[in-house]
Amino acid sequence: MNWRAIHAIYRFEMARTARTLMQSILAPVISTSLYFVVFGAAIGSRITTMEGVDYGSFIVPGLIMLTLLMQSVMNASFGIYFPKFTGTIYELLSAPISFIEIVIGYVGAAATKSIILGLIILATSWLFVPVKIAHPVWMISFLVLTAVTFSLLGFIIGIWADGFEKLQIVPLLIITPLTFLGGAFYSVSVLPPFWQVVTFVNPIVYLISGFRWSFYEVADVNVSVSIAMTLVFLVACLGIIWWIFRTGYRLKN
Amino acid sequence: MHDIITISGLSKTYATGFPALKNINLGIRRGEIFALLGPNGAGKTTLIGVVCGTVTASAGTVTVDGHDNVTDFRAARELIGLVPQELTTDAFESVWATVSFSRGLFGKPKNPAYIEKILKDLSLWDKKDNKIMTLSGGMKRRVLIAKALSHEPKILFLDEPTAGVDVELRKDMWQVVRDLRAAGVTIILTTHYIEEAEDMADRIGVISKGEIILVEEKKELMRKLGQKRLTLQLQEKLAALPANLFGVSQLSLSKDGDELTYTYDTQAERTGITRLLASLNEAGIRFRDLSTTQSSLEEIFVGLVHQDRNGGAK
Repeated sequence: MNWRAIHAIYRFEMARTARTLMQSILAPVISTSLYFVVFGAAIGSRITTMEGVDYGSFIVPGLIMLTLLMQSVMNASFGIYFPKFTGTIYELLSAPISFIEIVIGYVGAAATKSIILGLIILATSWLFVPVKIAHPVWMISFLVLTAVTFSLLGFIIGIWADGFEKLQIVPLLIITPLTFLGGAFYSVSVLPPFWQVVTFVNPIVYLISGFRWSFYEVADVNVSVSIAMTLVFLVACLGIIWWIFRTGYRLKN
Repeated sequence: MHDIITISGLSKTYATGFPALKNINLGIRRGEIFALLGPNGAGKTTLIGVVCGTVTASAGTVTVDGHDNVTDFRAARELIGLVPQELTTDAFESVWATVSFSRGLFGKPKNPAYIEKILKDLSLWDKKDNKIMTLSGGMKRRVLIAKALSHEPKILFLDEPTAGVDVELRKDMWQVVRDLRAAGVTIILTTHYIEEAEDMADRIGVISKGEIILVEEKKELMRKLGQKRLTLQLQEKLAALPANLFGVSQLSLSKDGDELTYTYDTQAERTGITRLLASLNEAGIRFRDLSTTQSSLEEIFVGLVHQDRNGGAK
């Protein structure tokens, strides 16, 4: 393992994050605050509780997941797409590093950033509503696993994308709708039976459900299923990464 | 002295079906400056890409100081620094950060004193905290060279290093290249400025349509293929070339008729100069002055590529 190279990539990416610190942190904090105003105050005043949890508190895990998924995908995809776009990727390809080390550097940095943001959202939520964390170790585990898995997905998107539009398509057209429909703001049990079945096709349901369980011990699906599904995504992303590594897909011509 | 880079049976066909390299066999000697010449699209950059790892070969092998560049890529790539043709740099990084990043990427421990030396050698020291986007094109080129040198490579690839660089900067850069070579670094360069190859290189390789059509010591190449021209400035203008002059097929008359040029091969058993001069004397043609010039590498190169395009080199 070329640890120095991994460290160099990680530091490079974190420096990029530091340069854009204000917009990286401010934007999610502001949007989270807006969610609390709109969903918490306006809708929450009518719903009051969901699954026995105060509505404002109930949506906190979903809000954190929403940011975590978006930021992981966007950070990692941009991180690897940009060198491809500017041409500086030549240096990565000609350096004595394996593809796995490149992935660890970029995905590690992207996941770190989104975990930090997730924790900032959590802290922001505390200002608005009471938040209880029943299983802190599981909460952190879900946070880290999800951040890594979706940073891997972002990395894959960054490799696949050959234009800025494609970088936007997946987060905007897939991740956001799936998160909204994945029980970020409601319990799946409030849906009609048919839509409940449809919902369980949505992989993000399992992530949000497991994450919420670590807070309030309420879940749409059994927590072990959530963990299993998260691991399945992780393995699927690793599989695709392995294939890219084998074939040099969109990296070497 | 064994070769530091050995390229055997190397071919590259792009996904589009374009054969960029065809069965290349080439050895680069330790410590030499090797100039790779060829017209645009000949395969120079692809060849460098395969050796450095940015392009995957379709067939063949490359070994770098005994290390296969695919199966033992770490050991092979550690030895190589690459300066790409395009000015591909980060925009928002500082010069110092980007050069330090390159060193880390190649797995070397931090060495600020060494980075400082490189930046000073390349006249970049006073720009070390500047963002790269604020630098001129020539400065960016130096940054790319600094990045390539950051990990103390034993082999340096310079792909068109002086394209778009002003004369003074070019001189500075060649001084750096000479110093590197004196320090034992092997240098492979491609250039469009043939006088540079002529000035710098120990050996010359010519690539055309994906094939190496010639590899030769520069001096030998110049000697072998060099044609000389004898130019005679006439006392009185000539309207036309007298047909009975000796060697009339090798003679040409300038437009205004006051200059006669005789082209001859330095390797020929007889250059014919004595007979030409005698013949001119007989014809009563007198001259004021004479000079000889040797054909430049550029002319040799154009001649070779032209020959290759018209049905294969000798």
